[in-house]
Amino acid sequence: MEKRSHGGPILEIDRLSISFFTRLREIPAVMNFSASLQPGEALGIVGESGCGKSTVALGIMQDLGVNGHIVGGSIKFKGREMNTMTREELRDIRGSEIAMIYQEPMASLNPAMRIGKQLMEVPMIHEGVSKAEAHARALEVVTDVKLPDPERMLNSFPHQLSGGQQQRIVIAMALMSKPSLLILDEPTTALDVTVEAAVVELVKDLGKKYGTSMLFISHNLGLVLETCDRICVMYSGEAVERGTIEGVFNKMRHPYTKALFRSIPLPGADKNARPLVTIPGNFPLPHERPNGCNFGPRCDYFEAGRCDQDHIFMEDAGIDHESRCLRHVEIDWDAPRVASVQTEKPAPGCVVLKMNNLKKYYEVAASTLFASGDLKVVKANETLTFEARESETLAIVGESGCGKSTFAKVLMGLETATSGEILLDGKSIGNIPIEKRDTKTVADVQMVFQNPFDTLNPSMTVGRQITRALEIFKIGNNDRERHSRMLKLLDLVKLPREFSGRMPRQLSGGQKQRVGIARAFAGDARIVVADEPVSALDVSVQAAVTDLLMEIQREHKTTLLFISHDLSIVRYLSDRVMVMYLGHVVEMGSTDQVFSPPYHPYTEALLSAVPIADTKVKKKHIVLEGDIPSAINPPSGCPFQTRCNWKDIAGRTRCETEVPLVRRLDNGHQIKCHLTDTDMANMEPVIQITSE
Amino acid sequence: MGLFILRRLGVMVLTAICLTFIVFWLTNLYPKLEVLAKTQGNFRMSDEAVISYLGNRGYTQALPVKYGQWLGVVPGYIIEGSDGEIRSKCERNSPPTDETPTFCGIIQGNWGFSTVAKEDVADVLPTRLGNTGKLMFWVLMVMVPGALIIGVLAGMREGSRTDRSLSTVSIIATATPEYVSGVILIALFATPLFGMQYFKGTATSAMDNITFNNFFLPVMTIAIYGMGYIARMTRASMTEIMTAQYVRTARLKGVSFANIVIKHALRNALIAPFTVIMLQVPWLLNGVVIVETLFNYKGFGWELVRAASNNDIEMLLGVSVISVIVVLMTQLISDIGYVFLNPRIRIS
Amino acid sequence: MEELSWTGSFASTLIPAIMIAFAIFLIGIILQLVMGFFASEVKLQSNTDGTLKSRGGLQGQLEKINTQLFMLIVLIGAAIIVVSWFMPYGKAGILGEIIKRFMPVWIALIVTFAVSIFFKRKLGLYGKLFDSTIGMIGFALVMFWVFTSIFVGFFDLIATHDPLQQISGIKNKTPGFLVPDGQEANFFPHYLLGGDNLARDIFSRVVHGSVIVMLIAPLATVFAFMVGITLGLPAGYYGGKLDTILSFLANLILAFPVILLFYLLVTPEIVATGLPNYMGAFLFIFPLIFCGVLINSRYKTQGKKNILYLSIVLVPLALIYLMVISDNASPLVIWPSKLDFITIPSGILVVFVSVVFVNSPTVFRIVRGLALDIKTRDYVAAAQTRGEGTWYIMLWEILPNARGPLIVDFCLRIGYTTILLGTLGFFGLGLPPESPDWGSTINEGRKLLLIYAHPALPPAMALLSLVLGLNLLADGLREESLKD
Repeated sequence: MEKRSHGGPILEIDRLSISFFTRLREIPAVMNFSASLQPGEALGIVGESGCGKSTVALGIMQDLGVNGHIVGGSIKFKGREMNTMTREELRDIRGSEIAMIYQEPMASLNPAMRIGKQLMEVPMIHEGVSKAEAHARALEVVTDVKLPDPERMLNSFPHQLSGGQQQRIVIAMALMSKPSLLILDEPTTALDVTVEAAVVELVKDLGKKYGTSMLFISHNLGLVLETCDRICVMYSGEAVERGTIEGVFNKMRHPYTKALFRSIPLPGADKNARPLVTIPGNFPLPHERPNGCNFGPRCDYFEAGRCDQDHIFMEDAGIDHESRCLRHVEIDWDAPRVASVQTEKPAPGCVVLKMNNLKKYYEVAASTLFASGDLKVVKANETLTFEARESETLAIVGESGCGKSTFAKVLMGLETATSGEILLDGKSIGNIPIEKRDTKTVADVQMVFQNPFDTLNPSMTVGRQITRALEIFKIGNNDRERHSRMLKLLDLVKLPREFSGRMPRQLSGGQKQRVGIARAFAGDARIVVADEPVSALDVSVQAAVTDLLMEIQREHKTTLLFISHDLSIVRYLSDRVMVMYLGHVVEMGSTDQVFSPPYHPYTEALLSAVPIADTKVKKKHIVLEGDIPSAINPPSGCPFQTRCNWKDIAGRTRCETEVPLVRRLDNGHQIKCHLTDTDMANMEPVIQITSE
Repeated sequence: MGLFILRRLGVMVLTAICLTFIVFWLTNLYPKLEVLAKTQGNFRMSDEAVISYLGNRGYTQALPVKYGQWLGVVPGYIIEGSDGEIRSKCERNSPPTDETPTFCGIIQGNWGFSTVAKEDVADVLPTRLGNTGKLMFWVLMVMVPGALIIGVLAGMREGSRTDRSLSTVSIIATATPEYVSGVILIALFATPLFGMQYFKGTATSAMDNITFNNFFLPVMTIAIYGMGYIARMTRASMTEIMTAQYVRTARLKGVSFANIVIKHALRNALIAPFTVIMLQVPWLLNGVVIVETLFNYKGFGWELVRAASNNDIEMLLGVSVISVIVVLMTQLISDIGYVFLNPRIRIS
Repeated sequence: MEELSWTGSFASTLIPAIMIAFAIFLIGIILQLVMGFFASEVKLQSNTDGTLKSRGGLQGQLEKINTQLFMLIVLIGAAIIVVSWFMPYGKAGILGEIIKRFMPVWIALIVTFAVSIFFKRKLGLYGKLFDSTIGMIGFALVMFWVFTSIFVGFFDLIATHDPLQQISGIKNKTPGFLVPDGQEANFFPHYLLGGDNLARDIFSRVVHGSVIVMLIAPLATVFAFMVGITLGLPAGYYGGKLDTILSFLANLILAFPVILLFYLLVTPEIVATGLPNYMGAFLFIFPLIFCGVLINSRYKTQGKKNILYLSIVLVPLALIYLMVISDNASPLVIWPSKLDFITIPSGILVVFVSVVFVNSPTVFRIVRGLALDIKTRDYVAAAQTRGEGTWYIMLWEILPNARGPLIVDFCLRIGYTTILLGTLGFFGLGLPPESPDWGSTINEGRKLLLIYAHPALPPAMALLSLVLGLNLLADGLREESLKD
């Protein structure tokens, strides 16, 4: 098919409305959504889960499934109306003119088809090219997405590739026919931070190279800032603010956008001096949306009798900037934030937990199916040594496979240590499995889990689950005492008492996470391991849950071990940070020490990789090559040497053969690296805030 | 790969030994032997006579010894009986000669003697197996393609009219065991009751000459039950694949629906049914026994029923060995096939 | 009195009407199917009020007509039931009289459905069943036989004759045959579905057969589930050696051709050795273990309550167990025979034990797979980190969350057990030959099938409808549980 050339915007969406139909009712997912996209431009659509951003993408592709239907508005692609296209016309456009990339790279590739065949299919369908030509094209594109050994890549099956490589293949597939429009739906959410940074970089470069327009859908404001020219913020099915990146980021004109920015931990936020401002209330369900402004019930600027009356339309709010707020002219946007409760930083107390040269090795069969005799040793944790004090927050940072979850398991007693010891109040517990620990010890060390949808037993009421924890910790003498204690715990996590009779499925993600926290504190835990407790939650809920954890910690003088890959939140709430890579602690120190030079090269890259939603922040640009090695086959020498940008400076052979020793710098700051003191001293800070 | 097959074979041999031992034990329980003695000797035997009859023929030896002899790893018995005669296992209870081998179990190819057929088990079974083989062949020819087509058609558009109709048909098929479908089919098509006497109600003549007329009903009877099950499996696997992300990817690449089904979905969707089909083969044995009894077709299943009802120990053991081997072979094939169909496992 | 015809005075009115309606309905379905292949995918259209527009065009029309036809068939069916109730005996034909005999069942069915549909939003998964046509049809079929067995078994309704009674002269006679004179006054004058080769009433035998099936099949399935769950959970949860051994044993039983196993196990000689009693002693202990562990793991932390609950449940169960197991006729006597109030006939025991034995490994595999899946969930990890015992985790954290697939499999498995029971009957194994269970009746009938086809058909259809009902029910449950 000959590609049409077209002068105007690539994509024009005008008052698009999409609904899903169930047996009971129509559920409007997107309402009156308008947008336009010029050639070569990148538009970001940002919003929390359920706001309808992915539905917009599928609506453009006209692939809404059996229940979804476009109920109004128009989508024009290069001037042609897509809503009335026949199936054949759509098929011609899909893949050749518009391509789409989604979240799960593994799921997007056919597991039983070689990658080459999946790539070659695209030009063969759309341009009818020969096999040889398609193969040549595939080779070229795979080289373009910077994959090593393209010929071998084309011959492999998807499962033989790592997550980052798979996503590159998906991008390559999307670019095979040089489409005019690329839709990316959360393309990096499933990837590790450093891999994400590399993929984002690639997408940006290729977008420029091929001149493709992009529609970038994400929940991450920082990512959109880094990739897009224009932004559209969505809330509950509607676009609430639209404009250029600079316009929206610097002069937000909708209360929701404002609230969103205040609830994410940007550099400069501090849990004691400048705590995050949480958005009250919950996201409305699609069929329970309020009259008037959808954000009304949660808005600080809500005016009864005005904001809850008629439908609210987009209004101009500056040059190339629109807002769906009646009061956007009246609100004093530059007013200093309301002084929220400031708290004293509690002084860390005595040492509660002490790790001494803790090691955890696993033995696994080399291959799972054709299990042969030889076993491989996976070194999940290498010589961990640290202390944690009362009322202190210690963050453990690292990407997948770094050993942070194994560490949690050993501490909890689900696994026993291979060597070394864990001292709780001077008592060794490292080799005592959980069944042998006394109730007090078990109740003292508790855990908050990552996935809110998985953390509660779906077939037990909330109250019952908390009461069970009380029973097992032997708290309360009878059912009545335990019941009242359970209600107090619900108060503690700020949930209404009626929730005790609800089933987990009736709760939102944030509420479930609160129940998880209540359960962990049932036995007055003194050490709480929080394994990415907020990473699966929406941005606006994250702040509330984090705040809650902090508050309980202050009251109970809890030691919090906060496991996370998100450096923004770590910087916000932790007192000390421990950075792990492939089982090794590569850097440890107070938050200030870790977030300012000298860095371990990995910390440096990690800091650079985290997208920051602030136009005032200037970041040093560091992209790591390749993927995280597997813990089964760790590299020789320094674990980080395969991806390190400083290897040449530190001495190649040394890095590749010797595991560096722990270097102790001032005030308990320690780094595991071969770099000399002078090299370290010459490091520049990664993040700088330019004051305007 | 080789190691994997070796391990599977090892488990298989172990399973076969366990299973044959259980069969051996169950057939050699004393009340069964008593019946055997009475049917072989005479019905009014006294208890002592039964004991000496059994003792003279080696039946009263310890169970592991008897099993070892049957298997051929323990020397066959030579017993001087209470009646003065010398009987040896390897000479069929005649006195041993110089040429009598020491071991004469199943490993040496000695399957024993059928007390009912009055023939060597090894002579009877091949013809029976041949008959059943023909039946199975036609059943598979009808069942597998039919089931796969129904399953794929139903599964490619979940919830559509086609899906609902075909699914209902396959549910009805799975709810119809062979003895029900057989009875209904015969009553419908082979008796004057409904005036549609198109086919023959017995398959005795099919042992010499298979015709559409005499083989249609038995084949259909077995095929219907299995077909429903495989079709439902195929449908389930197909619907799951059709909602997979990569099928959406293919759709949004512009691949046509027909090509999505054929190139992208089919291969992945057939992995699960393949194992099901292979594991279905032992279940077919069930159907075979019922159908061969119902249609009076002298095959393997018919022989099983005859041997079991007459406590024909050696025949029953032979039948068990063969069915155990068939079951285990199909399991092995299904394992290997699964590995070959699924690249995720093949290359790792 | 004369012989009954099939349709009686309906022959010229309602029966042809329902036949024609049904034929058109079938043609309509087939047409729709054929057209579905060639028609293009239709985009959904919505009305302004948010409901979906009905499909236009030929296909939409067809769909409408078919729905109406279906309603018509249901209506005529209902009319036949109601009208025949008011007709004098003999006028409504065989069909009418059979419908009349089932009257208590119809009433019970209507009450059940009315109540369930009325409260369906409050009844969880069971209520959701009434949103699915397939599920409702399945449920109706199953409940039909459940009610039949209850009314036959407890109240002695429905059946027209004693299932064992033989009346000379009615051997192999066709349906509607008039019983010869010389009987008592209120003796039922016809053999509604004819007589079998021993001159017994087939209709009565079929409805009596349902009692046996309804007694054994669900109970045997429950036991198989107890065994499968008690062994499958630890196998999946612990893994390792225990799993290897248990899985090997399960595969061993599964590798046995079922028929062969039955032929080896269900014989009088085996019964004489007492083997079924020992197997029963082994298999029946699982419910005790299951209940004991279930309660103990839950109330372990509260000593008094634990002992109270344990004794409330375990003491009666243990007594029943001992009474069931102990049997004077077998070598296994462990309970004074004076106090032995429960005696299970050896024929039924051996059938029961073998069916449980054959079914448990499959349940074991399903439960093991589910446990393997669910044990990776965070709430299991949460339970581990607060120091819960392993049995608590298995029975209270894992098992309740595996209930969806297990309930579906339970329905399917009752159907499968029914088929197995029929197979046993078909080969004349286990139950006494005069037993009216469906398998044995089919077995009796098939011997003369080519000459007299009518005795074998009713039990075959009965078995088919019950198993079909269970399968449809399972399908409906599966579909509804996957929604939302």
